[in-house]
Amino acid sequence: MNIDKKITDDLVANDISFITTVPCKQLAGVIDEIDAHPEIHHVPANKEDEGMGLCAGALMGGKRPAIIMQNTAIGVTINTLATLIQYYRMPLPMLISYRGELREPVACQVEMAVHTKALLAQMNIPTYHFHKQSDVEELDMILKYTFMCNKPVAILTDANFWGGYGDQ
Amino acid sequence: MIRSEILKDIAPILRDQLVICNIGIPSQELHAIDDQPTNFYMLGTMGLASSIGLGLALAQPKPVIAIDGDGSVLTNLGTFPTIANNVADNFILLLIDNGSYGSTGDQPTYAGKKTRLEEVAKACGCENVITCEGKDAGSTLQSAIASNQMTVIVVKCESGNAKFPVITMDPVIIRDRFMKAVSA
Repeated sequence: MNIDKKITDDLVANDISFITTVPCKQLAGVIDEIDAHPEIHHVPANKEDEGMGLCAGALMGGKRPAIIMQNTAIGVTINTLATLIQYYRMPLPMLISYRGELREPVACQVEMAVHTKALLAQMNIPTYHFHKQSDVEELDMILKYTFMCNKPVAILTDANFWGGYGDQ
Repeated sequence: MIRSEILKDIAPILRDQLVICNIGIPSQELHAIDDQPTNFYMLGTMGLASSIGLGLALAQPKPVIAIDGDGSVLTNLGTFPTIANNVADNFILLLIDNGSYGSTGDQPTYAGKKTRLEEVAKACGCENVITCEGKDAGSTLQSAIASNQMTVIVVKCESGNAKFPVITMDPVIIRDRFMKAVSA
């Protein structure tokens, strides 16, 4: 299975047509795949809170948005999640590269990894953790759930899911 | 002129447009001067007015005016390269530059010292950047709307706030009526 293609196909099938990204090595393939889809408007952002602002605007303009980012960005976006996305009840799927988990080679990444789920739980953000490739089968349901409940929803995707970022 | 006088001046122009208005006193002033369903008031999230405005402009064809301030845009300077590289000709960023953090007690910003936001915007690749005085904000805004070109307007004015009440409208209502106005 090509998971980059599967993820992008699920995004398209759920009418997601506006995506902002701040890249991560693990997300490079899915970002390439998104760029190959003309029906998705891809706007690279310089910081993830800026990206969420862009998504909020696109949503109000009638497009379903999503953001692709690294888990370190949870530290950057708490205020935006609370006072924009949650306060105005906006749906926002967040496809998150979960650095600092099993098979991670960079020690510093673990420092935010240990806070990631606690912060998301504190924010009452529904959170899914993709650890095995077959977990991607739930993505379609998670996207439908996000736009049903009008909430930000986190999809954490770790190195094992992506096939081992750390195996080098 | 101070910001509230500029907003009073340009309210008849804003009335027919989609407006994303900056957090704090700017939103309180616009809400009190001329509340419209086409106004989206930011109740939180300092710095993202231009980003929300750009996202809205990229997603649909109606003109969008984002009203931002020097202090708040300084918290999100990354917005200028994003604006420059994702051209939306229905987008106008109206930066009211009074050189101070108005909502928090008029502490000076760096834009009121050595930093020139119009030069920052140009250096980031924004092609139509206009600087004007407060009294010319209306005519400059009208020309920008007529030009159908993405424009950044930096309005230089004095610091100071008008006394208006806090917005108590529920955020979901603000969003809902705004989205209905967008799709009308």
